Amino acid sequence: MKYLGIEPKRLRFAVFEFTGCEGCELQLANKEETLLAFLGAVDVVEFREVSSARNGAYDVALVDGAISRTDEVERLREIRARAKVLVALGSCACFGGVNRMKNACDLDQANREVYGDHPKETLPTRAIHEVVPVDLKIPGCPVSKAEVERIVQHLLFEVPYQFPVYPVCLECKQHFTVCLFDKGQLCLGPITRGGCDAPCPAGGLGCWGCRGKAADANIDEFRSIARERAHGEREIAERLGFFGGFEEHS
Amino acid sequence: MKIDLNVDVHHLTRVEGHGNIHVRVRAGKVEEARWDVVETPRFFEVMLKGKHYTTAGILSARICGICSIGHCLASVRATESAFGLEVPEAAKKLRLLAKHGETLQSHVLHLFFLAAPDFLGAPSVLPLVEKAPEAVKLAVRLKGAGNRLCDAVAGRTTHPVSLQVGGVAVLPPRARLLALRDELERTLPDLAAAADLIAGFDVPRFERETEFVSLRGESEYPFIGGRLVSSDGVARAEHEYREMTNEYAVASSTSKWCRLSRASFAVGPLARFNNNHRLLHAEAKKLAARLGLEPVCHNPFMANVARLVECVHVTHDAIRLLEETAAMGEVKTMADVAPRAGEGVGAVEVPRGILYHHYAYDGDGRIARANCVIPTTQNNANIHHDLPVLAERFAVDGMTDEKLELLCSMLVRSYDPCISCSVH
Repeated sequence: MKYLGIEPKRLRFAVFEFTGCEGCELQLANKEETLLAFLGAVDVVEFREVSSARNGAYDVALVDGAISRTDEVERLREIRARAKVLVALGSCACFGGVNRMKNACDLDQANREVYGDHPKETLPTRAIHEVVPVDLKIPGCPVSKAEVERIVQHLLFEVPYQFPVYPVCLECKQHFTVCLFDKGQLCLGPITRGGCDAPCPAGGLGCWGCRGKAADANIDEFRSIARERAHGEREIAERLGFFGGFEEHS
Repeated sequence: MKIDLNVDVHHLTRVEGHGNIHVRVRAGKVEEARWDVVETPRFFEVMLKGKHYTTAGILSARICGICSIGHCLASVRATESAFGLEVPEAAKKLRLLAKHGETLQSHVLHLFFLAAPDFLGAPSVLPLVEKAPEAVKLAVRLKGAGNRLCDAVAGRTTHPVSLQVGGVAVLPPRARLLALRDELERTLPDLAAAADLIAGFDVPRFERETEFVSLRGESEYPFIGGRLVSSDGVARAEHEYREMTNEYAVASSTSKWCRLSRASFAVGPLARFNNNHRLLHAEAKKLAARLGLEPVCHNPFMANVARLVECVHVTHDAIRLLEETAAMGEVKTMADVAPRAGEGVGAVEVPRGILYHHYAYDGDGRIARANCVIPTTQNNANIHHDLPVLAERFAVDGMTDEKLELLCSMLVRSYDPCISCSVH
């Protein structure tokens, strides 16, 4: 990847996964129209899901998934010790993601319900920054590959990346997407950080806030407007809590 | 010569999720051969409890990053069955299109990114970008076509947004449907080239008699809902899925295991092919014959051939569906939804095999109980029971630890396990 004939840095990337669906890792192999250029611009030295090569020498570790077992805590600490830059990839890594909903349950009882007489070790779900220091968080369920590409370009050319400060709402307006909040759906677009290009409202689904809180979002005001439009407390609370991006720990 | 062999694979690569292989052969005899799933449990069935029906599909899609469309479809089908709801014909066609897009992208991902490196002697697809650029480029085109189909119909490839209880929220514009049809037609030569490549793969000669479980198609190769069948002759209705799966927890694995007529059974492309081959598109049948895939095939390594055969089938079927949906005009794609107390099951053939979601609803449209049985959960015991037979078969002169490790790894990969999904 060259720009105006200038050769950028080569960085060694490694990808690791913890508790989650590995959908964010899959995004790294998506956006096919630029996939070969993307793979050509970085050295992927370790990525268990797609490669048998293992190499502990890397600059940037992309970490997907939340932390919910002791061995994961240890593995994450080792990765932190080796990586120059540790990136939380996706809402599970950034906020705990949907996995966090299990924390509201009695874990022993949940274990009995699912596994009967063979309970499995499980810890309350944590985001990775609750376990080790994190240098960069890329939220999204899943992450937007276009945004990951932009961030990687900034890393290669050593230019700091600025996440959008505006909410998802703005991107719906850019695409002339009909406002679902106006049509009666609950939508977190007004308070969720933009940058995803608003695919959900365009597909007929109000925003679920997977990217977390937009800068200066007025959550209390949003709650009161949502209540005025006949959305119940339970519905609003469940929506805000779904990915963990509006909680204090995020 | 009596041979000693050891295989110890911690966190097998080029599969989704975390599993370990352990094989020990002493003096030509298999002393131990195991497949252990060590993935962290997530407790989705507990998290689904209390969720509103509008949330169930969105949450359960997150069980799997690769087959989220399949999970969402099984979820909305379970809910619609509980509510006694019939979705509009147009929505059925659009859902099948999304399903086909997912099958295409997932199978191509597996064949080229996860499996092909074993047959081409590479650790991953990355060195193949230089060594076999044409193969990688055609894989990228095919996978891209599958993903663009999902984007257009489901709103997004991973974690779909338009597949909702009642139907499909948005009807894609006619021009977009026709452009996709044209793109799929252009990918047909790529599928032919993929067949030439896979015809050259040296597929290990190994068979173990297996029971195969899938949906049973009536007039079409089955993907969404219908009757359940096993190659040992068991037949059940969709809502009787528990009699097909018989899930049980084991101490050695965070995934449950399943059984039916034998100690284990298999689901997936080979099971679908074995039970429904007569319903494949003519071109897919032709390809199966050319690549030596005949029912009932008991070689798990032939699942890769079955995947390509299914890619050909879904591409042709998607072209047909795109033409039909483009000709529909402005039609209703959502039914009115009236929640009611009750239970429902949704069975969907996802890339790795048959998937079941089962919900019981209270009177307020919230889930009282949920159960999800995942394809890889059904395959894990079968993988475990394949391993000693494979090790026994190949514990012969000239076998080395490295070669046996590769064979065992390829065997597990041939099921394309989705391990996080199997633990959920």
